[in-house]
Amino acid sequence: MSLLKIFKRSAIRRTVLFAGHVVPDSSRCVQCGICSDNCPIEIDVRAYAWRGESINKNECLTCGECVARCPRGVLRFEKTDLFTTGEK
Amino acid sequence: MKHIIIGTGVAGIAAIESIRSLHNQSDDITVLGDDPHGYYSRPGLAYYLTGEVLDKTLFPKKRADFINLNFKYKKARVTKIIRAEKKLELDDKTLLSYDKLLIATGASALPLTAHGANLEGVVKLDHLEDARRILKLAKRGKTAVVVGGGITALELTEGLRSRGVNVHYLLRGDRYWSNVLDEQESQIVQTRLQEEGVTLHFHSELIEVLGKSGKVIGVRLQDGRTLKCNILAYAIGIKPRMNLARDAELKLERGILVNEFMQTNDPNIYAAGDVAQVYDPITGRSILDSLWGVAREQGRVAGLNMAGQITPYIKSMPFNVTRLAGLTTTIIGTVGYGEDKDVLGIARGDSETWRQLPNAIVAQSGFDVNRLRILVGEKTFIGAVVMGDQTLSIPLQKIIANKIDISPIRDNLLSHNTKIADIIADFWSKQKMVEGNYATR
Ligand SMILES: Cc1cc2nc3c(=O)[nH]c(=O)nc-3n(C[C@H](O)[C@H](O)[C@H](O)COP(=O)(O)OP(=O)(O)OC[C@H]3O[C@@H](n4cnc5c(N)ncnc54)[C@H](O)[C@@H]3O)c2cc1C
Ligand code: SF4
Ligand code: SF4
Repeated sequence: MSLLKIFKRSAIRRTVLFAGHVVPDSSRCVQCGICSDNCPIEIDVRAYAWRGESINKNECLTCGECVARCPRGVLRFEKTDLFTTGEK
Repeated sequence: MKHIIIGTGVAGIAAIESIRSLHNQSDDITVLGDDPHGYYSRPGLAYYLTGEVLDKTLFPKKRADFINLNFKYKKARVTKIIRAEKKLELDDKTLLSYDKLLIATGASALPLTAHGANLEGVVKLDHLEDARRILKLAKRGKTAVVVGGGITALELTEGLRSRGVNVHYLLRGDRYWSNVLDEQESQIVQTRLQEEGVTLHFHSELIEVLGKSGKVIGVRLQDGRTLKCNILAYAIGIKPRMNLARDAELKLERGILVNEFMQTNDPNIYAAGDVAQVYDPITGRSILDSLWGVAREQGRVAGLNMAGQITPYIKSMPFNVTRLAGLTTTIIGTVGYGEDKDVLGIARGDSETWRQLPNAIVAQSGFDVNRLRILVGEKTFIGAVVMGDQTLSIPLQKIIANKIDISPIRDNLLSHNTKIADIIADFWSKQKMVEGNYATR
């Protein structure tokens, strides 16, 4: 295998490891609870939105249900670099 | 130190949190409220009406959250503030003394004054009990008439419609929310309402609610027409709940006047949220808002000041993301002007700032149901309305809030037939590269 190909492969691996995490803009949130209601694993997304904290929980499936359902555009996905999690 | 907070709305809750954030753990906090349900999401009531959430979902805090905040709660209505003695009187005649008092009593719907307004079937949307009453009526009711304007009138219309009720929406003027939306935006909302099966009546003014055996059976309009209905829902504006402050002779205008530290003319009494008319040192004006985020921030700042951490309230640019006839809409900064015949004064989810239009030029682009309107000032954007696709709403919010210099794209934006969305998206991506991310304020 050529060196270039190896580089390419590791680059692909890298992008897979760049997972997303949910980030709120709390100034838009009206605490309606639609997000928490629709999270399949019952993460209290609304409480994160109130505190303005992103959801860095390992359990989060990044299924996007909360992001898609929020009627106020509070939530979005941001890329997480798994190698530097926590340093953001 | 004894703190008393009147009101269990978001301003009151934010004040408790900020007092506790200062580690003044020995400070005593008592919270009084007359809403039997305490703290819940008022804007969420709209989603309860449409059936998107159950009423139990509207409560953001859990028991443990409240226990952690360590405050006393009493369900009571405050009937008097006795300033000279720094005491409050409650409806059960109990007296409580305070060192620092926060009035966070919110606002309530302006009452309907038409004849017949006290008939069963006449409803408004202030709190959870109102929403429950509406749903109960909707189960039996076949037809409703909605009067008023702003977001709440639309929420009533859509809530009732989604419960299978035939809805007639009466507008006094020739279009919806005319002091915030422009003609095309109103038109988009109206068309979508009609598609949902709502009947719109323009230039129509209710003068009497007709009843039989104490119940609504119809309405009579100024032009002599009558419409049959079993529900009459109204949202003609709100007024701050200022009775306590008025009786205590605090300074008032349209709301309780407070300085930038959320302090009234009595240094031991503060006010925050929908009830407060807040001085803005930058413009020199005192502004009334009815916005969830604003109420939260004012409550937070009031709490800090009450607990001795002197902190000015910095008025952020008012904005609201809402759904108008099913279409996500963000209103940012200053976007309209003049009066709305359907609303007297301020409406829910509204800000007076939106209507103080200085000289500005409008750039707009619209296709299908996505629409973007930007108010272009000398060097900055003054406001924007984003309907439908929200990709640009956060960038615009930041460009406007941070007063970013838009001179490089100004001419381009104002020339004919430009794709303003593309220009702004491009401008924003370059901005981000140059200056990194902007904070919201
Ligand atoms: C249907 C609806 C839709 C809305 N939509 C939006 C929206 O889309 N976007 C947005 O930003 N905002 C919206 N709002 C407005 C937003 O909810 C308010 O700005 C916010 O709730 C204000 O909070 P507050 O704490 O000042 O007052 P409130 O939440 O009104 O709380 C006031 C509290 O004071 C209590 N109280 C009053 N007088 C007394 C007394 N004498 N004794 C004891 N207790 C008393 C009341 O019981 C209540 O608990 C909406 C509101 C409603 C009702
Ligand atoms: S759905 Fe959106 S607005 Fe509602 S609580 Fe969740 S983040 Fe906030
Ligand atoms: S992305 Fe999915 S799993 Fe993660 S918080 Fe949102 S709804 Fe829950």
